Amino acid sequence: MTVQVDAALDRSYVQLDKVTHTYGRGEREVRALDETNLRIDKGDFIALVGPSGCGKSTILKLVTGLIEASSGYVFVAGREVGAEPVRVGMAFQNPTLLPWLNLRDNVMLPLKIVPPFRQDYRAKRKTEFRDRIEALLKQVGLAGFGDKYPWQLSGGMLQRASLCRALIHEPQLLMLDEPFGALDQFTREELWSIMQDLWMTHRPTVLLVTHDLKEAAYLANRICVMAARPGRIIDDSVVPFARPRTVAMSYDPEFVSLTQHLRELIVSARTTVEAQS
Amino acid sequence: MSTEKRRQLASIALIIGFFVVWELACIVFGIKDIVLPRPSQIITTLVTRFPAILPHAIPTLVNTLIGFGLGIIGGVAIGALIGSSRLAYDVAYPLLIGFSSIPKVAVVPIFVLWFGAGFFPAVLTAMILCIFPIVVNVATGLATTEPELEDVMRALKASKLDTLLNVGLPRTMPYFFASLKVAITQAFVGTVIAETVASNRGIGNLMMIASANFDVPLVFAGLLILALLGVALYVLFAVIENRVTGWARRKDEFAGG
Repeated sequence: MTVQVDAALDRSYVQLDKVTHTYGRGEREVRALDETNLRIDKGDFIALVGPSGCGKSTILKLVTGLIEASSGYVFVAGREVGAEPVRVGMAFQNPTLLPWLNLRDNVMLPLKIVPPFRQDYRAKRKTEFRDRIEALLKQVGLAGFGDKYPWQLSGGMLQRASLCRALIHEPQLLMLDEPFGALDQFTREELWSIMQDLWMTHRPTVLLVTHDLKEAAYLANRICVMAARPGRIIDDSVVPFARPRTVAMSYDPEFVSLTQHLRELIVSARTTVEAQS
Repeated sequence: MSTEKRRQLASIALIIGFFVVWELACIVFGIKDIVLPRPSQIITTLVTRFPAILPHAIPTLVNTLIGFGLGIIGGVAIGALIGSSRLAYDVAYPLLIGFSSIPKVAVVPIFVLWFGAGFFPAVLTAMILCIFPIVVNVATGLATTEPELEDVMRALKASKLDTLLNVGLPRTMPYFFASLKVAITQAFVGTVIAETVASNRGIGNLMMIASANFDVPLVFAGLLILALLGVALYVLFAVIENRVTGWARRKDEFAGG
């Protein structure tokens, strides 16, 4: 069954309409996501922030079609998720590169699988695709590392390669689940800037899940603050800062007051939950 | 001298030492040939009667390799099936353990009943003995694929086959090759058991007849040749393993090559 979206909502690329999600059954039932509405424009950059267990990753998986909504509808590209062949890229906290392939072949993986690239894979993997990968690796500062194997590289480098793998097939949707969470402060800030560059050149619609409020404010156009038990969106604010943003800007008073505001929202949501339980 | 070299030398010294102690013990304690022949006697027997042993060694080797080949095909297929999902893995595991705990000698008469004595029982026994380590290792390798990697593949809308070929099977190679080293020696055991019970050719049969004739040096010559064949095939698969799955040990020299 395919449900068409109202004409008025056509502009949204991703839309969650009264979506809930529940894990488990009976006594062990856990409501991961309470009734949630969310709209994301095409090419937008949204960050989901909030405490652990607030359903951030659940939203990510719902939009990717990895899990189904218990009730409500998830629309992507104007149709129910899965109905339209949308290209999706994903990156996680763990770079999950394949240890038996060098970086180039790791980044090549989506081109081998995703149409329309897979049809030309044999013909173009040594020419056009290879050049594209080299260009992308260069953009993230990994020029000349294509022949290296994952174990020869640092965590930050692996994460850059993981971003390349998530972007090489020109995804319309990019899902980032705490991709910079395991990195040290300086590497993380460097990667924010690279991520911003990548987004500005490729313009996918991005959903970023993060614990880091500064990261959310640096990267996103919009920040959705979530609360736990049950998971829900409690605040949705626009980040007004001009691009390209820099780490120096994160010390500006407006920037600081934004992250401060987000922090207070999360803290008060946490204390409410604790008072209830 | 590198530690690697030193270890190899120590291994060789241990093997030689083992035979020297055996030889000396036989001489010092006056052990009779009929109980335990000296290594020098065994080697002499092996060399002088080699033309008589060879026609038995070849069928043993051939049957083992055929059984082993069938075991690999069957083992990978069953392993891929069981390892394809966590559920299949958990469901099938008890049955698998049940089968693998059956003493394989007990099934040889059944094979003889079905196929007659000779070639088939030997090959089939070799196969069933070597199939279980392969199944278990392939299934484990597949079933333990990182969930995030599966999410990546599912988000790319990869088919089951795409995921198997690009992620599952390459990832399973180290497990697979580790199992091959066990499986090849098991296949030898299977062939020899079947030949002992139901065949008129092969090293197993040769040893049966030799022991019936109290030709103890020939029995031990048979054992020695089995050990040599086993070691040779083990080494062969260890070398292949090293070349194919060097990434799993993360050696820098592998990346250079």
